[in-house]
Amino acid sequence: MTGTPIVALTDAEKHFGAVRALDGVSLSISSGECIGLVGHNGAGKSTLVNLVNGGLSPSAGAVSFPASGESRALNAGVRSVFQELSLCPNLTVAENLRISHSDLKGFGWRTRARVEIAQSLDLVFPNHGIDPDMAVDQLTIAERQMVEIAIGFAPRGTEARLVILDEPTSSLDAGIALQLLTHIKDFCAKGGAVLFISHMMGEIFDVASTIVVMKDGKVVASRPTPDFTRTSLVEAMGHVAGPEAETATTASAEFGADILHSQTGLTASKGEIVGLAGLAGHGQAETLARLYFEHTSSWRAGKASGMVFVAGDRGRDGILPLWSILQNLSVSVLPQIARRGFVDRTAETRIAADWKTRIGIRTDDVANNILSLSGGNQQKVLFARALASTAPVVVMDDPMRGVDVGTKQDVYAMIRAEAAKGRTFLWYSTETEEVCQCDRVFVFRDGQISAELTDKDITEERILQASFEMQEVGA
Amino acid sequence: MTRLFARHRILLPVLSLAILLAATFYMQPRAMSYFGVNLLFNLAVPIALATVAQMMIIMVNDIDLSLGAFVSLVACVTATFLHDTPVLGVLILAGLIAAYAALGVMIHRFNLPAIVVTLGMSFVWGGLALTILPSPGGSAPPWIRSLMTVKPPLVPMAVVAAVLIAAVTHVLIIRTGIGTVLRGVGGNAASVSRAGWPVLRLKALAYALAGFFGVLAGVALVGLTTSADANIALRYTLLSIAGVILGGGEFTGGKVSPVGAVIGALTLALAASFLSFLRLSPDWQIGAQGAILILVLTARLIFTRRDEQQG
Amino acid sequence: MLKTVIARPWIWSWIAAAATFAMVMALTQGRGASELAYAALSFGAFAAIVGLGQMLVITLGPGNVDLSIPAVMTLAGTLSLKAMGSDPNTAALGLLIAVAVGIAAGLSNYALIFLLRLPPIIATLSASLVYQSFAIWSNRGLRIKPPAGLAEFATGRTIGIPNVALVGIGLSIIVWLVLERTTFGRWLLASGQNLRAARLAGIPVELVRAATYVTVAVFASIAGYFLASFSGGAALNMGQEYLLTSIAVVVIGGTSIAGGFSNVPGVWGASLFMFLVVSMLNSYGLGAGVRMMLTGLIIIGIVVAASTRRPRA
Repeated sequence: MTGTPIVALTDAEKHFGAVRALDGVSLSISSGECIGLVGHNGAGKSTLVNLVNGGLSPSAGAVSFPASGESRALNAGVRSVFQELSLCPNLTVAENLRISHSDLKGFGWRTRARVEIAQSLDLVFPNHGIDPDMAVDQLTIAERQMVEIAIGFAPRGTEARLVILDEPTSSLDAGIALQLLTHIKDFCAKGGAVLFISHMMGEIFDVASTIVVMKDGKVVASRPTPDFTRTSLVEAMGHVAGPEAETATTASAEFGADILHSQTGLTASKGEIVGLAGLAGHGQAETLARLYFEHTSSWRAGKASGMVFVAGDRGRDGILPLWSILQNLSVSVLPQIARRGFVDRTAETRIAADWKTRIGIRTDDVANNILSLSGGNQQKVLFARALASTAPVVVMDDPMRGVDVGTKQDVYAMIRAEAAKGRTFLWYSTETEEVCQCDRVFVFRDGQISAELTDKDITEERILQASFEMQEVGA
Repeated sequence: MTRLFARHRILLPVLSLAILLAATFYMQPRAMSYFGVNLLFNLAVPIALATVAQMMIIMVNDIDLSLGAFVSLVACVTATFLHDTPVLGVLILAGLIAAYAALGVMIHRFNLPAIVVTLGMSFVWGGLALTILPSPGGSAPPWIRSLMTVKPPLVPMAVVAAVLIAAVTHVLIIRTGIGTVLRGVGGNAASVSRAGWPVLRLKALAYALAGFFGVLAGVALVGLTTSADANIALRYTLLSIAGVILGGGEFTGGKVSPVGAVIGALTLALAASFLSFLRLSPDWQIGAQGAILILVLTARLIFTRRDEQQG
Repeated sequence: MLKTVIARPWIWSWIAAAATFAMVMALTQGRGASELAYAALSFGAFAAIVGLGQMLVITLGPGNVDLSIPAVMTLAGTLSLKAMGSDPNTAALGLLIAVAVGIAAGLSNYALIFLLRLPPIIATLSASLVYQSFAIWSNRGLRIKPPAGLAEFATGRTIGIPNVALVGIGLSIIVWLVLERTTFGRWLLASGQNLRAARLAGIPVELVRAATYVTVAVFASIAGYFLASFSGGAALNMGQEYLLTSIAVVVIGGTSIAGGFSNVPGVWGASLFMFLVVSMLNSYGLGAGVRMMLTGLIIIGIVVAASTRRPRA
């Protein structure tokens, strides 16, 4: 700890309704420090970052910037470089700097912008070969990420004191990633500070002076890097195996024939519950969506559909907001129950009533609008929509995220019952305890399957190990 | 080769115009004179101004289906108020520009679909125009008339005007800081907003610019035709959209080119003359414009697809 | 009971229509009521028929609109009249030609949207120019009159209601049935609410879109067929005012611009209202200009009001 902290969080909390994304965190970052922030899904890393850079304000506790005395993060020299690219693809590299640096005004601003961005690029990525006058949409993904990082480190009117980097090397090749790590070490040596989030263990161990481990919205460990080993770090991220973790596993089930064998290595047998695990955003959702689109058609709706989808992002992928609960539920089975193209309303009502009891949808009338239900119950409707159809394969895109415990238990029981009847489930979940209920787990990392686990191997530890890149830097 | 076209989007419009011009001169060698060129591109000036106006709207990811009616309204105001009571005329035109800005604010603030709102506005503009000029009439203010018919040495007025329009808008939209930020709004409004810019005000500015150039288009049109009527520029709506696209612009993403837009407008104006030289029956001239637009968009699609596969 | 009546969205356009009717009657002291009603139903029928088609397209969701309706009307009217050539007993042939024109236009529009990935506005706008040219080219020379029997039908009445209105009502019932009772109708409404969710729920969204664009063109061509027969010939600008009218009656009738919600009775109420507003303004001595402005402001007002009341998922 050298001097006054650049940013200090004191017992900071952040609630989103009933969800405690951040549950009392005290953290300070001073100049010269490089903090490596690690944690599994839902640990609270993004929320923490948003509190530090001023994107969100705390529900309780405080965020302050003692060293500069400023109240706004930007003025205190706090910069963020996120995974989702925030460049304007139609503008050039230099012009994009203008967007973030509003002081580049007046005559000749273009030259100044060019010089500033070129300097920053040269500093962080020597020999980068990027032309500041090139339009961003002409650059490769790696080059775009380099530009984003360079803009993050560029002065822009005030000096950059603390730069937050969230998975900055995800699109960079090894050589360029090494340049970034070297620069980070340089930057901190000269008095800057960096908050570094990564799933690559090698990078964290290479560059961080302190490692902070988060779990369930709290900081569970904060020690100088040498005090950690790879194993102890993975242990710190996981939960201690308690009695509740022993969920009712299917007694060494015999599964039916292989019904799925994708090119990426994903396989499933009839009656199996296959889990997709790993850190969020490593290709699981894309894989499932691609699978679904390949097995279904935009042009035909057969009487027998092969695959059915349960959305996790209800608003974007699932709910039809103007319709009732009944209509939302029945939409997938309409072709099956139709009589010469006409909707069979009696059958529809019967199916809805049936599923209402089976899955426990809490409402007094299924003719009410879908949005009158709680989030958990809306999710149940989406499940019923999928399960009501005759499709043998059910694809689920992290559907239980943010849903209450009661609903979860109801749905898990339903899944197990259906699987016992021969239905196959492909289940992407960001919660380890859900994944542990599966018969087989594919762990995803960087868009590919990094591990396939079965039976006794399905443990949080094995999953965490496979989620994080363990190799040395530059290997 | 496709990389070259993608890198310098201005090439395709310039090439199209050059080819079309060469073909026109081949068909009608007498057009190669001062008088001939002026005649070919005369009516292109108001179209170019209208195209720039549309470009401002497309730049921020909206589309303006009322532009034709608006330009017609401005023409009517010019031929009446601006001629009879200049001060009142100027005030009305300024008010119209302010109305455009207000439109931009309303569309963005309430997240309304620009299609329906601008279609509704075309009723409003059209109704106002009809109220001012129920039947064709009015006359051009003399100073506008002389401006539009000036005969500079060597190069016809139409060409001079086109170059001027292209140069001014290029500097405004591409070179200045504010123009860059406006284009940024079209490219990634969320980022621009996060960086602290007032996106609502920026959109209002884009719409105000569109109103301004729309006013110029109407005034210029009356200078050429000397009188006006409520339907005089209704076809400008599609022409302006076509001009922006022909000039290398895209409907979303803030990718527009002012120079390209002017070239696109010139190309469309020229295409009309060319089609008549081709002795294409006037029946097909309207259809040909639609076909040209479709062809250009197809070509664009092919080029971008190939570029995506190679790049 | 009153609350449920008022809550129905289509009520408002009918109330507006009734109010305008009353205002005209106030001026004429009740004279000419049945003539006015008859005229409203006749002219309103054409607006309603194209309005129904446009309603289906708008229900598909934001960005979906068909701007080629006037051109398709003109082309269908022109070609069908030409095929019939004023000969008796050719009415069915004419209708067949008109529907064929509609199917061809609808498929072309959709091909531009799907294959060339053009925004529907641009696709339908450009295509309309081509259709217009076809119409101009095939309409050379004489103004062909519709066959006598067909013209009589188009301008005549049955049980006191104009025949064209009966055609319109018939089509409305079909549309209503499809939307309310069939699987396809559900698919359309779902696609309009959330296209991605509909696709993920197993709905064949492209099939739905294609069918909708074909339907609107067919409705436009049917309207063109009857309008040409009604007016004694196919004029080249016969469809002109129907573009904005088709969108206006959809919006004023209470269909949601955001998609996913249609309103068949509302389209009729709005069509009658549009015609009666013209009559009312004419009776009060106000010109076409005021009428246009009023229509535009009403449309925008409704869109603004609807946006503030839209439910958020």
